[in-house]
Amino acid sequence: MIQGMAMTETAYSVQKLRKIYGEGEAAVHALRGVDLDIPKGEFVVLLGPSGSGKSTLLNILGGLDRGTDGDVRFMQHDLAAMSDAELTRYRRDHVGFVFQFYNLMPSLTARENVELVTEIASDPMDPDEALDLVGLDHRSDHFPAQMSGGEQQRVAIARAIAKRPTVLFCDEPTGALDSTTGRAVLRVLKDVNERLGSTVLVVTHAASQAAMADRVVHFADGDVREVIVNETKSTPDEIEW
Amino acid sequence: MSPLTRKLFRDLWRIKAQAVAIAMVIAMGVLMQVMMTGLVTSLDETRQAYYDRYRLADIFAYVTRAPEPIVADLRQIPGVAQVETRIMGSALVDVPGVDAPLQAQAVSLPDFGDPRLNDLYLTDGRKLDGTRPDEILLLKGFGDAHGLQVGDTLAATMNGARRTFDIVGLVQSPEFLYTIAPGEFVSDDSRFAVIWAARSTLAAAYDLDGAFNEALMSITRGTDPAAVMDAADRILDRYGGRGAYGVADLISNRFITEEIGGLSRTSGSVPLVFLAVAAFLLNIVITRMVQSEREEIGLMKAFGYSNWQVGGHYFELILTIAAGGALLGCVLGIAAGRGMVDLYLNYFKFPFLVFRLDPSAFVIGVTASILSASAGGLFVLRKVFALSPAVAMRPAAPPDYSRSGRFGAAAARFMDQPTRMVLRRFTRQPFRMGGSVVGIAAGLALSTAMSSLLANFEYMVDVSFNAIDRSDVTVTFTHPLERRTLFELERIPGVIEVEPVRDVAAILGRGVKTYRGGISGLGVDSRLYRALDANERPVFMRSDGIILSTGLASILGASAGDILTVDVREGRQPVVDLPVVAVSQSLVGAPAYMEIEALNRALGEPLRVSGAYLRIDADQSSQIYNALKDRPNVAGVSLKSDARDALVKLVDEGPGNMRYVMALIAGIITFGVVYNAARIAQAERSRDLASLRVIGFTKAEVGFVLLGEIGIVTLLALPLGSGLGYLLTFVVAAAFSTELYQILPIVNPANYGTAILIVIVASALSAWLVKRDIDRTELVLALKTRE
Repeated sequence: MIQGMAMTETAYSVQKLRKIYGEGEAAVHALRGVDLDIPKGEFVVLLGPSGSGKSTLLNILGGLDRGTDGDVRFMQHDLAAMSDAELTRYRRDHVGFVFQFYNLMPSLTARENVELVTEIASDPMDPDEALDLVGLDHRSDHFPAQMSGGEQQRVAIARAIAKRPTVLFCDEPTGALDSTTGRAVLRVLKDVNERLGSTVLVVTHAASQAAMADRVVHFADGDVREVIVNETKSTPDEIEW
Repeated sequence: MSPLTRKLFRDLWRIKAQAVAIAMVIAMGVLMQVMMTGLVTSLDETRQAYYDRYRLADIFAYVTRAPEPIVADLRQIPGVAQVETRIMGSALVDVPGVDAPLQAQAVSLPDFGDPRLNDLYLTDGRKLDGTRPDEILLLKGFGDAHGLQVGDTLAATMNGARRTFDIVGLVQSPEFLYTIAPGEFVSDDSRFAVIWAARSTLAAAYDLDGAFNEALMSITRGTDPAAVMDAADRILDRYGGRGAYGVADLISNRFITEEIGGLSRTSGSVPLVFLAVAAFLLNIVITRMVQSEREEIGLMKAFGYSNWQVGGHYFELILTIAAGGALLGCVLGIAAGRGMVDLYLNYFKFPFLVFRLDPSAFVIGVTASILSASAGGLFVLRKVFALSPAVAMRPAAPPDYSRSGRFGAAAARFMDQPTRMVLRRFTRQPFRMGGSVVGIAAGLALSTAMSSLLANFEYMVDVSFNAIDRSDVTVTFTHPLERRTLFELERIPGVIEVEPVRDVAAILGRGVKTYRGGISGLGVDSRLYRALDANERPVFMRSDGIILSTGLASILGASAGDILTVDVREGRQPVVDLPVVAVSQSLVGAPAYMEIEALNRALGEPLRVSGAYLRIDADQSSQIYNALKDRPNVAGVSLKSDARDALVKLVDEGPGNMRYVMALIAGIITFGVVYNAARIAQAERSRDLASLRVIGFTKAEVGFVLLGEIGIVTLLALPLGSGLGYLLTFVVAAAFSTELYQILPIVNPANYGTAILIVIVASALSAWLVKRDIDRTELVLALKTRE
């Protein structure tokens, strides 16, 4: 159903989105009526302290969770109205995920972890090409237990981009990494954004990473505090760690 | 309550379903152990108390006719405490509404006073009045089966003379705890009567005035019964002594002994399988728990808890589950035992049978559960000890598949990634997966092997009544008659075919091994009653030697070509040496066969028959039974249809219920193993599974990654369990075969089908329970937790 949709400049359009966990006195308002548009093809960084709601928004946009009320549209399609099976289809065809703790399958080698996705995607790239993009083509037959954290994260990125995703979501992708490997990961994300044209959404609480984004969304207390469009962007290597 | 204790209870609550599944496996093992040893104790002790209180004789000696004064000689035998003589005779009784005459045994009681040995337990009415010759006491089981009560009358034919008796009392007797009509397989209360009458009454009926035909003896403690029997035989030989025998050979007692033996053997083996499976399950469940709680363990150690305190905490968890299961097993075992006691009272006519829990059964059951659980726990302790606080508090490295996960390139080409994930679980943890496979296979094997006992009963009914005995009616004469008597039977309207049989009592011996049994003489080409080989082909009777049944051959350790010493205990009591010429398959008892005239020649009594097999026209059965009843020489008439019905009823009521027990065994073990395996796989991989969902895998595809493992474990267990069950069938057959029943290792495909179906259903059920949880998993939560 999502195929053949009209071309538009806006990837996501969010209006009055609220997310409430729990009920009554114990209710936690994770999102308090967020309004946000994310243009297609941009590199977007969501910044904010812990508990500000940025990960909640990412999860809803990624089709992992649903808002309590409000409107969420992906290229004019209402995510809130999709069934579980439709959301699965949406993730399968359009969304790539990169997690803080990599979430690789320990029983599959690097290439097999990528193949896990290419086997089910509609227009995937060659798994070796994806690993080449992250600079790990020489380690494709290694299991996760044989790789460093940075390498595991790059495999995770290769897995996420191998389907040529419309959107790439990254939740604290460098949170568990040191500066050198962290920069390498950011370079790959930047590369994907530029070469594949994927919209990239990075959630982080490291403010310095905002410098490399097209657009920076500041979060606080469950709402968007400020949206800054960078006229000039830094390269990953210029970022302070 | 200490924090660790509180954690213990919360952990238990968290894994309650798994804990219950394991506790159930333990409970099943303990249930069987407690129930069976309790039954052994109950049967054994009640039997002993009953024998003691009612003074059951230690030695029985049957003679043709011995003068009463000979008692003085018997009393002189060293070690003899009491001697009682009595008259035993076969009789036919008429019960209103029953066409066929029913076989009965008449037993004498002293005209005055209680018998010195083999006293009776009076349940209704009163004892005999010595001055009234028409009074009898009737075995309660028979009375109940026919609704006969005190005050009713019963017509009996003794030695050809028919008379009517008044039933003045209903009794139970330690000598007839289990009654079985001569020549039949199983007990049937309604078709075999025992009546007690005054000595003078039976002396007149059986022409034994001033004489007796059975001596009962009790011996003093410490006396060797064999020496007393030898001495008694020497005294009684010239009066037609059939050879004294001990209470161990008393038919009623032998059936109870064998039942007790079967229970003991089962209680010593089957529960162990359950406990071993439970130990394995506890091990994997708690190991998993320790893995997932490594940070807590590190923290506790960092706070200063010792290795023993932390290890003890997990050990307590194991012990709590084991003890819980064991206690549940004890309670259920007592309940099941009480139920079984009622069932046993249908077969063994004890005046009372209270289920007595042998305290040692309880102790053994609980101890064995705890020990086996502890064995599973020791490995866990080792893991806890090995964790250093610093290492424990860092996240675990991803499980390493690099050494175990390589497939051949050729094999890999045909596999998609989810399939590889499933298969690599096996290559990485072959012992755990193997353990699961063996556990399920053990349940399946146990179920199928025990069910083979049931198949054996069905086979026995089929072969006994359709292949070996093809007659409709068996007639037994009061004593051996001229063969031409059979012509008179042939002339009864409706009788189609008559074949002779000559049964003689004999002690068969080979070296030091002897067996008190008999030889059946049959015609060379006997058609209505045949000896069959293992392939159900007839074994023809031979004049040059004796044909042994497999049961007897194994008792005597004899095979074709061996020479047996046959000590005939009838007529002129010759002792002859006969060669074994063939071995035939036997299912019940330990018969021996010979060509009828050769047997008669050995006895020096040509052309004699002791009974006949009849084929009759079913429409005229009533008239035929009436005609047989009126013949003075007829001691017993046994109808095959009745005997078969009795056997089928017995199987359905008793062993038939075993079907459900065995289904439960397979079901509970499978559920315990599969459910735990699935739960652990789910816990270990919840993050992997959530990641797959996030990447875009559907619920069904994720389900395959998790449940494919369970499917493979179950599929591997099916052939292994069936194979083990097949082998175990032979072990069970050998273990349960006795002198009275030969259990053949019979494989009934239907039993395998049922057991396999139960395993699959139990497996599918546990898979479904776990799958339901995966479907409910919140993706976001699963991703956040670091595992």
